[in-house]
Amino acid sequence: MDSSHEIKDWQPKILAFLCNWCSYAGADLAGVSRTQYPPNIRVIRIPCSGRVDPMFILKALQQGFDGVLVSGCHPGDCHYISGNYYARRKFALIKALLEFIGVEEGRIQFSWVSAGEGEKFAEVVKKITTDIKELGPAKCLVKNRINPSGGL
Amino acid sequence: MALIDEIRQEAKRLLEEKRVDVIIGYRKGTLPLRSTPAFIRNSDEVEGLIFDPTCSNNLASFANRFEGKVGVIAKGCDARSLITLVVDRQIDKENLVIIGIPCPGVIDHRKVRHRLRGREVVDGLILEDKVVVKGRDLKEDFPISEVLSGSCQVCQYQTPPVYDLLIGYQIKKEGRPFEDLKEFKEKCPGERRNFFEEEFFRCIRCYACRQVCPACFCEYCIVDRTKPLWFGKTTDLSDTLMFHLIRAYHTAGRCVDCGACHRACPMGIDLRLLNKRLEEEVAERFGFQAGLDLERPVPLSAYKDEDTQEFIM
Repeated sequence: MDSSHEIKDWQPKILAFLCNWCSYAGADLAGVSRTQYPPNIRVIRIPCSGRVDPMFILKALQQGFDGVLVSGCHPGDCHYISGNYYARRKFALIKALLEFIGVEEGRIQFSWVSAGEGEKFAEVVKKITTDIKELGPAKCLVKNRINPSGGL
Repeated sequence: MALIDEIRQEAKRLLEEKRVDVIIGYRKGTLPLRSTPAFIRNSDEVEGLIFDPTCSNNLASFANRFEGKVGVIAKGCDARSLITLVVDRQIDKENLVIIGIPCPGVIDHRKVRHRLRGREVVDGLILEDKVVVKGRDLKEDFPISEVLSGSCQVCQYQTPPVYDLLIGYQIKKEGRPFEDLKEFKEKCPGERRNFFEEEFFRCIRCYACRQVCPACFCEYCIVDRTKPLWFGKTTDLSDTLMFHLIRAYHTAGRCVDCGACHRACPMGIDLRLLNKRLEEEVAERFGFQAGLDLERPVPLSAYKDEDTQEFIM
């Protein structure tokens, strides 16, 4: 496959960490409501956004994902009372650190999506996919590039 | 009385009154212009204690390795590291005596070497604010300020902000903690990426930065773990970057910018930069500075309802 063809057909691969209680249910609602959104995300269900170790984000970038989305319950709605508050602090720091070493703004994004916000989930996925398409393939930290033509 | 005599006298008194079992301080090293940590248990050994700008180790990294009561002769940065260790419950405050001393800054050996362009120092000493070096075909003196460690140049707390007893005088100086970052942050992401890739490309994964850091206190470090193996143990650039990002991240809200990592690095990598950026973010976002308060938890083990979240959709 020549490189021009590769770039033209390039589709970003985005890893999404969705909290079991809100965002995963939000994604499910988007599905059952037949709301269309780009098929660029690969979902990993997690018990709580507080479960997301910043290491997960780094590892995703290292293994060749072009972007990472982390989504959890709105503040005040956490199933475990305060998981998302801790998560918020962790994300603020890892985002600052990654942008400092040259990961472009927009490559890792965070959102609060409740179980009733199927529409919002679709919007979030549309936004991150558009942003990352504009940024192009990830360059920072990448060790194993995911095959652009095939599956994972 | 000279500062060092007061330090020795105080150390002797603490040992004799059995208020501490061991005093952690500095003694003369075997190489010129070097000092080494001293662990003193008998009051008749206190004469070996020294304190001058060659005393660059952060002694807090030894304080949690002792049973019993520990007295630490602490510069501003050592004392702040000790406070973060107390906050993180690595040391019981009951077992710790912080002997605060004023510190005019420590020398960076890399800068000394650079200044002497490779000529070997056989003998060196500190005379007031001057470094005097002697060697074959070498006899020179220059001001300490020329070889001061980078972290000391921007230091805000030369005297410990928290201490049990203070020896000597209080130094007051306007610090410029985030001076180094300003210019760097204006570069575009690509330039920053190139800079860090060139910088960390040199890393040989010796982990000296981790060993010397008082904020790296995990008993089982993530880089030694193989199940799961979070990232490779190679000197592959991607793995190295991962290691340094994690090193910086784990010390977020704990790092006091003592500069020990940078001084310990055999490859001269600018290790302070990543930590500095996190220190800045923690200060701006959570209004927190490490090592100033025995009560306040580190920012990542606490939260507030009103924390800013402008970056979350």
